[in-house]
Amino acid sequence: MRAVSPSEVTRADDQAVREELERTWADRPGFIGWLSTTDHKRIGLRYMITAFTFFLLGGLNAGLMRLQLSRPENDFLGPDAYNQIFTVHGTTMMFLFAVPMMHAIGLYFVPLMVGARNVAYPRMNAFGYWVYLIGCLLLYAGLFTNTGPDAGWFSYVPLAGPEYSPGKRSDVWAQTITFTEIAGLIAAVEIIVTVFKHRAPGMSLNRIPLFVWAMLVMSFMTIYAMPWIASASLFLASDRLIGTHFFNPAEGGDALLWQHLFWFFGHPEVYIIFIPATGLVSQLVSAFTRREVFGYTAMVLANISQGFLAFGLWVHHMFTTTVPQLGSSFFTATSAMIAIPAGIQIFCWIATIWLGVPRFRVAFLFVLGFVIVFVTGGLSGVMIASVPFDTQVHDTYFIVAHFHYVLLGSLFPFFGALYYWFPKLTGRMLSERLGKWHFALFFIGVNVTFFPMHFLGFAGMPRRVYTYIAETGWGDLNLVASAGAVVIVSSVGVLLVNVLRSLGSGAPAPDDPWEAESLEWATASPPPSYAFVHIPVVEGRSALWDRSAQRPVVTGLRTNVRDTLVTTLVDAIPDSRHYDPRPTTKPLLAAIGIGVTFIALMFTPWGLPVGSVVVLIGMIAWAWPDRRSYAEQVAYEGHA
Amino acid sequence: MTALLAASAACERETRRFHDEAQPPAAGGVRLTALEPGPATSSRALRHPYEDNAWAVSEGKRLYSQFNCAGCHAHGGGGMGPPLMDALWRYGAEPENVFASIAGGRPNGMPAFGTKVGATQIWQLAAYVRSMSGLVPKDVAPGRTDHMQVKAGEQAAPEAVPRNAAPEPPAP
Amino acid sequence: MTRFVLALQWSGRHSALDPAGPQAARIDSLWQFLWIVSAVVLAAVVAALLYASLHRRRHAEPEQAGAGTRTVVIGAVGLTVVILLVFLGLNFGTGRALTIPPDGAVQVRITGKQWWWEVTYPGNPPSYQVTTANELHVPVGEPVVVELGSSDVIHSFWPPDLVGKRDLIPGETASIWFQADRAGEYRAQCAEYCGHQHAKMALLIVAESRDSFDRWLARQRDSARTPADSLARRGQEVFLASSCVMCHTIRGTPAGSRIGPDLTHLASRRTIAAGTLPNTRGHLAGWILDPQRIKPGSRMPANPLAAGDLEALLAYLETLQ
Repeated sequence: MRAVSPSEVTRADDQAVREELERTWADRPGFIGWLSTTDHKRIGLRYMITAFTFFLLGGLNAGLMRLQLSRPENDFLGPDAYNQIFTVHGTTMMFLFAVPMMHAIGLYFVPLMVGARNVAYPRMNAFGYWVYLIGCLLLYAGLFTNTGPDAGWFSYVPLAGPEYSPGKRSDVWAQTITFTEIAGLIAAVEIIVTVFKHRAPGMSLNRIPLFVWAMLVMSFMTIYAMPWIASASLFLASDRLIGTHFFNPAEGGDALLWQHLFWFFGHPEVYIIFIPATGLVSQLVSAFTRREVFGYTAMVLANISQGFLAFGLWVHHMFTTTVPQLGSSFFTATSAMIAIPAGIQIFCWIATIWLGVPRFRVAFLFVLGFVIVFVTGGLSGVMIASVPFDTQVHDTYFIVAHFHYVLLGSLFPFFGALYYWFPKLTGRMLSERLGKWHFALFFIGVNVTFFPMHFLGFAGMPRRVYTYIAETGWGDLNLVASAGAVVIVSSVGVLLVNVLRSLGSGAPAPDDPWEAESLEWATASPPPSYAFVHIPVVEGRSALWDRSAQRPVVTGLRTNVRDTLVTTLVDAIPDSRHYDPRPTTKPLLAAIGIGVTFIALMFTPWGLPVGSVVVLIGMIAWAWPDRRSYAEQVAYEGHA
Repeated sequence: MTALLAASAACERETRRFHDEAQPPAAGGVRLTALEPGPATSSRALRHPYEDNAWAVSEGKRLYSQFNCAGCHAHGGGGMGPPLMDALWRYGAEPENVFASIAGGRPNGMPAFGTKVGATQIWQLAAYVRSMSGLVPKDVAPGRTDHMQVKAGEQAAPEAVPRNAAPEPPAP
Repeated sequence: MTRFVLALQWSGRHSALDPAGPQAARIDSLWQFLWIVSAVVLAAVVAALLYASLHRRRHAEPEQAGAGTRTVVIGAVGLTVVILLVFLGLNFGTGRALTIPPDGAVQVRITGKQWWWEVTYPGNPPSYQVTTANELHVPVGEPVVVELGSSDVIHSFWPPDLVGKRDLIPGETASIWFQADRAGEYRAQCAEYCGHQHAKMALLIVAESRDSFDRWLARQRDSARTPADSLARRGQEVFLASSCVMCHTIRGTPAGSRIGPDLTHLASRRTIAAGTLPNTRGHLAGWILDPQRIKPGSRMPANPLAAGDLEALLAYLETLQ
């Protein structure tokens, strides 16, 4: 396996190779195959569908909220229902949709974009998905049994603590967080290892696609941010269940401790969503202007510096608490500083568009929409970095407007990527005509809904209110915002129609419908289970555009076992082989064990000892040497 | 089926009944003792719905503190008044008995609060009083408070199977 | 421009952009700078984006074009840095001016409760201390220092016309100062989510001349008088015999519980239920009979009083000037 072999690999033996690869990499048929798959593409797609389903449910919650707030003193929802719904809306969008969706896109496309057959640790990938699914189901099982968390997605203590949140509502929140944190950490580890060790030969670190860089930065951020919320939610759960005093000021605890822990995670969380979105924009800009993104190094450094800075500004969520003034000033400066890398990115994209030849396909329209919406949100973000200004608008609808501009700003590239990658995912093209309607309605809807909210904030409307009295004069602007929400809902409706129609009768997609540059377009649409017949060799930053006519590929990998290539970290020189494990349902068993443990922990401390035995059994079974693959490996090593 | 049962229990545990206008127990229906002819009536059957409702029990806990019940009963350990976290009940342990004790008062010091506290709140108080000796479900009983710890939250209270205690003899 | 937009949008009771005190005014002028700069930046970015997308392509050599573009991009980043530095300078200047209260300020203490505000004016001698609820009176043109605490969960005090907000955190004491330059009523609403009735937890700030403030404070010190009128006297009996007495104080009567708002001067207040309803006889009656319909989850229980008793009680409460 001397890595590179030129094009003597002829098309003639391709068919035989394909068939053998398919036999080796295919999942078992039927339902067991569905449960036991470790194929990153199946799991990634499953992740995306689940996350999108919860996006729709979270949107439904938002619709109910806008309905309730459309006029003063509305009695459509009472405070009890409204508080559960706004909490579940925020929790869903942050923990069940945005972060998992970005992870899902990464888990599907990062291996393809770096030319790998599968993600690193494929069984853990399956495990991560199942844990995430349990978290999703727990939250909505809670909501549907009137046990929906009602202390806000930020769950400030003491409100979320044992004294002021009786029952199990806040426990449902804490354990949902625990499940999604586990899943997030797993996805992050897999993406990092895949990027570092499974890149195609020739794809040195300075040739990685920008989206992959963004996912790498995001994954490192996930690894550093998640432990904070995991410990915070553990502290909260143990305060509630076994009466510890982490957050009880009367016993030496501290209510502000929660806010520090939560926002030390919570602010990076926003960038965990935003940084992959910038990676998506880079891919789209380059694909639809047919030009490499201007300033590759600057773009990578911008992402990395955002990753670092994001951990230095959590206190700007706490300017109205008792944090000292001098400390606040530091966080003002860091918060403003993050505008510099964001500015670099915006300017580089504009420069790319300037230098390239844009094609105004739907995906590109979403890029244009992103820049406008995101810059608006970014500018109000710089404003609220100011302590005095923030004391006026903190916890008001101004903030609601700001972060919806930023987060829905990040949704624009997601929708763009959906139009861009849908052919790869399904083998069908989406309708451009419906796509343009989707874009137009969404762009209008977002602005009509959220722009008036800036003014509501100045007019004194606090966040998280289930109603308001008519004398406040907030009724008209709220009605406008609710009307905008109707437009957003209809735009998502158009998207759904587009997707369903395309699945039924869309135009079949070629391998590379956009003539884009990255490696996922080098395989069929949808990709086969083994991803690439031959692992490609990369010769430049734009893998497909830079390819010489010879199209070099890797030969020498076995096709009758799940043989994958491990390359070196910096230069991606072939280093060793690695056997991808066979599909198995054991990760599912371990995930059920974790599920039982944490759900039982809501009710009794015995959940931990009993549940961990279940997890242990699942893990042992999972790691138990698989006789068949072992035999295959022995045979193979002997053969070689 | 199990899931359905769990779901209905969850719904009952989590409801916030702001508008509930609870009625006092039916007159004459209050039993003072578990001694009775014929087969014993299950105490579970008599449990008032508030005992399965976490919010109601936590409201009871708040009222217990705000109405200064602790002034005589302390945090359940008793003082001028009898302890409430043990197994001994002078006037019966059923919710109806506790309601009657709060509403009508008892000899030797327990005032009657019936005219000053509404029936809903008395039921909430009664449910909380019973949670102190572990008589309401663990997932309903309150956790710790945000104050100095005087005892663990009621969710950690061991269930003390009620026994009858003779009412205190009148002072000589 | 901002004023125009505001006038266009609403004629609400209060606004952070219509400052009535020096601090809100400083923040407002910071905002003027921020929004103008932001509007210019946004317009420039959108213009650049559209021009980059739509301009007519020449057959330029990419290498040359790249070099020019590089200069433009670096220039734009440099400009961003300059704008941010100006922003930081202005921001620190504003921040410094806002934090240190002047000497000789009026002292008030506000305690946040689920879901109302207890307002206390310390007195010298201590018996002159005044306790009221949901209404803060301040003299016009004088600085006021408010000490903020909470007895349950986190709340946040925010009168947008006067000053930014400050959280009331259990276990900590915070303070904030402000000054009202115009006489009038200003609404403040709890800005930190605090449970079921976070939405209906407002506080009215009444800014009035020093004389009328002093008169108000002196009157608040008085205990309630036993009413002369027989209906009201019966109302007092109803009050003392019913559940009201379990939670409320009326100084000068045996009612002395501190769970709910002090009602000694209830009739002098402009609103009831923490700024939810105007203090009229009808609203008061509705509130007493079924508060859970007006503020579901509120700590005030329903009081099914007989019609005659309610009549008498209302007559009594109206005497509590």
